[in-house]
Amino acid sequence: MSQTVEPSHHPWPAAFMRRLRRILPADGLLQKPTEVAVYECDGLPVYRVRPRAVVLPRTAAEVGQVLALCAEYQVPVVARGAGTGLSGGALPHPEGVVLSLARLNRILALDPDNRIARLEPGVRNLAVSEAARPHGLFYAPDPSSQIACTIGGNVAENAGGVHCLKYGLTTHNVLALKFFDAEGTLHEVGGPTGEWPLDLAALLTGSEGLLGVVVEVTVRLWPKPPATVAYLAAFRSLEAAAACVSEVVALGIIPAGLELMDGLALSAAQDYTGIPYPEGSAAVVLAEVDGDDLTVALEGDRLRAIFTAQGAFAVEQAVSDEDRRRLWLGRKSAFPAVGRLAPDYYCMDGTIPRRSLVPVLTEIGALSRRYELPVANVFHAGDGNLHPLILYDAAIPGQLVQVEALGADILRLCLAHGGTISGEHGVGVEKLDGMCAQFTAAELAIFHALKSAFDPHHLLNPGKAVPTPARCVEAGGMHVHGGHQPFPHLERF
Amino acid sequence: MSLEHNDDTALLASAVREAYEQAAPVEIVAGGTRRAFGRAPTGTPLSVARHAGIVAYDPSEFVVTVRAGTPIVALEDILAREGQVLTADVPRFGAASTIGGALAVGLTGPGRPYSGALRDAVLGMRLISGTGEVVRFGGQVLKNVAGFDVSRLMVGAYGTLGLLLDVSLRTARRPEAEAVVRLERSWPAARVALRQWESALPLTGACYAGGVLHVRLAGLAPRVAEARRVIGGETGDMAVFTDLRDLRGVFFERPGDLWRLLVPPESPWDPEDTVIDWAGAQRFWRVAGDATVVYELAARLRGQAMRLLCADRGVGPWVLPPPATMALMARVKAAMDPRAILNRGRLYPDW
Ligand SMILES: Cc1cc2nc3c(=O)[nH]c(=O)nc-3n(C[C@H](O)[C@H](O)[C@H](O)COP(=O)(O)OP(=O)(O)OC[C@H]3O[C@@H](n4cnc5c(N)ncnc54)[C@H](O)[C@@H]3O)c2cc1C
Repeated sequence: MSQTVEPSHHPWPAAFMRRLRRILPADGLLQKPTEVAVYECDGLPVYRVRPRAVVLPRTAAEVGQVLALCAEYQVPVVARGAGTGLSGGALPHPEGVVLSLARLNRILALDPDNRIARLEPGVRNLAVSEAARPHGLFYAPDPSSQIACTIGGNVAENAGGVHCLKYGLTTHNVLALKFFDAEGTLHEVGGPTGEWPLDLAALLTGSEGLLGVVVEVTVRLWPKPPATVAYLAAFRSLEAAAACVSEVVALGIIPAGLELMDGLALSAAQDYTGIPYPEGSAAVVLAEVDGDDLTVALEGDRLRAIFTAQGAFAVEQAVSDEDRRRLWLGRKSAFPAVGRLAPDYYCMDGTIPRRSLVPVLTEIGALSRRYELPVANVFHAGDGNLHPLILYDAAIPGQLVQVEALGADILRLCLAHGGTISGEHGVGVEKLDGMCAQFTAAELAIFHALKSAFDPHHLLNPGKAVPTPARCVEAGGMHVHGGHQPFPHLERF
Repeated sequence: MSLEHNDDTALLASAVREAYEQAAPVEIVAGGTRRAFGRAPTGTPLSVARHAGIVAYDPSEFVVTVRAGTPIVALEDILAREGQVLTADVPRFGAASTIGGALAVGLTGPGRPYSGALRDAVLGMRLISGTGEVVRFGGQVLKNVAGFDVSRLMVGAYGTLGLLLDVSLRTARRPEAEAVVRLERSWPAARVALRQWESALPLTGACYAGGVLHVRLAGLAPRVAEARRVIGGETGDMAVFTDLRDLRGVFFERPGDLWRLLVPPESPWDPEDTVIDWAGAQRFWRVAGDATVVYELAARLRGQAMRLLCADRGVGPWVLPPPATMALMARVKAAMDPRAILNRGRLYPDW
C-alpha cells in the first residue's frame, strides 16, 4: 500500500472551526483520524492524503455557508460524491476540507410527463433509473460504478457508460444545474431544454470540482424502449473482434451499447461470475439493440451478418431481462474480476478514433510484453474509449513506476492516433502530465483564466485537472513519469 | 455547389491580434445571413467567409472537420456523396449561410428532440481567442473529458467568446427513407400520441400549428413504412419541417419580434397563435411591442423566453440573469476575450 500524506500542521484559526461547527449538524464534522480515514483516497488508491476535516452538510444552504466561510479564511475545498472517481479527483488537499455531498441525496422531483428529474447531487446514479422505472423511463448514462457513484460526481466527471453510444454522455443529459461558486454564491443555469446565454452547464460538466460545487441537477429521462436484445459474438483473436467493432461503426449502425472484452478479461470475468464464455474465445464483442420489435429484428439481423462476416465463431443472443443481465454481468463486474488477478491494477482511459482500434490494441499488446506487465482490455469499443487495465503489485519496489511509464506510453499512443488522454475518468491528479502533452501553453492559460472566473483564489480542488505552465515546463511534457515525483500535484497555483 | 478550399488561419489570427493590441472591436461576419440575430455589434467587419473547406473527413468514422466559413449546403453536398448527413438539424438562411454562423447563433431545427442539439454534435473546435491566439479544445473522438468543455461553450455565444476556425462534427448515415404525416388532433391528444410513439418509432420531428400535428419519420424503409401504418393520418409536406428549421413561411412573415419559448413539452397550446416545435418544448411566437406578455407566459410555464429577432437592435436575445450570475458570465467572457473585441455588444451591451 502506498504512503499517506499527513495533513498540514498549521492549525486553522479557532474562529474558523467555531463557525464551521455552527453551520453544520452535530454529526456533520469529522476530524478524528479513524473517522476521516475512508476519505483519504478515491478509486485511485495510489494517492492518499489524510483530510484535516470532512464536512457533511445536509442542505444546499449549508453547502453555501461552508463555501463562504472557507473563502473568507482561504481554506481549500475538495468536493466529494461517492469517491469512486478513478483519477484522484476527490483526493483531499492537505490544508483543506473535504466537502461531502453524500447527504444531499433526495430526488426532489420526478416529472414523468415531461421526462425530467430534479436531483440533489448525492443521489446515486442507479437510484434515478430505479425511481423512473415505474413510469417506463430511465436515466441513460450508466457508468459501471452506477450502484455507488453520485449524480454530482457524474456531472463533475462527465461520466459515460455502456449506453452512451446511443443516448449520450452526462453532458447530453443534463438540462439545468444549480451550483455555488467558490465564494458561496448560488447560480442557476439551464432550463427545460438546457439552453442558456453562455452554456455554463457545459463548462461545469466535466470540470472535476474546479469551477463550482453542484447542489442540484435536472436531468433528462428516456422512455424505456419496448424491446431490447443483447448479443455476444466470440472471436478467435482480439484483432478480429476490434475489426468487427470498426466495421459496425463504419456501416453507420449505432447500437445502444457496443463493448469489447479481451481474453484476460474474459477468463477473469468467467471465474468471478461463474458464467462461461464460448470455449476458445480470445475476445468477445457485446452489443445491444433496442427499439420496437421491428427495429430490434432489423438491426439484430444486420449485426449478426457483420459478426459472421468478421469471423465470429459463436454468437449468443439474450432477449429476456434475466438472460440479458447474465450476458452483461461479466462486463459489468469486469473491473473487480480483473482486480482479483493481481494485488493492484491501474485503469487507463484514453479514447481513439474507432478506425484505429486494431493498430492501437496490437501496439498495447506489444507494450505489455515489453514492460512484462499483463494488460486486460475491457472497454466502450463503440465510442473508441479504451480501458486497458495494467496488472501489478505495488509491494514490489519500482513496479508502480514501470506501470506509470507503460500508462504514459499508452496515452501517447492514443494522442498519436488523434485521440485524447481521458474519455470519461477525468484528469484529476493522475493525468496532469498528459495534459501538458495534449494542450499548448495558450490553451492551458485559457483553462486557468476560466478557473479564475469561477474561483479567483483557486480554493476549489486546487492543483487538479489543469497543470500549471511551470509544471509542464519542468516535466518536459509527459516524460516526468520516468522520474516519478511524490505528490507534485499538491502545490497551490 | 463548388467549394473553395482555403486556410485563412494566419490572416485571421493576425487581424484579431492587432484588434487586441489596439483594443479595437471587430464584428465577425461570414455569409452575413445571421446579421439580424442579436444586438447590433460595434466594430470593423472581419470576414471568415474565405476560411472554408474540409480539413478532414473519414466517412467510416462519422466525423467531419470543417472550416467555419464553409457554407452549410456545400458541406451537406460533400457528406451526401458518402451517403451521410450531419447528425444535427442545422438551420440555414440561404446558400451563403455558413457552419460557423450556425454554431455561433446555436439554433437547432425540428430534429432536436430526436437527434440532439447542434452543440451535441460538436466534438471539438479550433478558434482564435480574444488575444489572437489559435487554440484547440475537444477533438475528433466521441468522448473527451481532458480540459474544460470550451467548444460546447462556444455554441450559441454569438461569437462573443472566440472566432471559430474549424469544428469537428458528428455525421450519420443518410436515412434510407423519410416521410411526413399530418393529423388533426387536439394538442393534449397529440402529446399523448407523441409520448407513445417516441419510445418506439423513428421520429425525427414533431410540430403543431393551427390544430394540426405534423410528424416526420426517417430511417430504414420498413421501419418508416411500419411507423406510417401505426400513426395513420395523411401524407404531409416535407417543407413544413424545412421551413420551420429555417424560420420561413407564413407564420414567420407576421409582424412583431420573433420569440422562442423553451418550456416543458407538456405545456398547453396557449395562445393559439404560437407554433409548437420540438414535440412541445419550443414555441415560436410573434409579438409586436411590449414583451411583458411573453415573459409572463414563460414564467407561468416554468420556462425561458428568448427574443430571436427584435426590431430594436439595441435589445438582446436573453433577459439579464440575476446580477451575480451576470457578473460570472462577464468574467467568463473576459477569460476568453479580455478586451471585449469580439462581436462587442452582440449578446449584451459592453461585451
Ligand atoms: C468499478 C468502477 C467502474 C467505473 N466505471 C465507470 C464508467 O463506466 N464510466 C465512467 O464515466 N466512470 C466510471 N468510473 C469512475 C467514477 O465512478 C465516475 O467518475 C463517477 O462519476 C464518480 O462519481 P462519484 O460520486 O464517486 O464522485 P467522486 O469520486 O467523489 O468525485 C469525482 C470528482 O467530482 C467532484 N465532485 C463530486 N461531487 C461534486 C459536486 N456535487 N460538485 C462539484 N464537484 C463534485 C470531486 O471533487 C472529484 O473531482 C468507475 C469507477 C469504478 C470504481
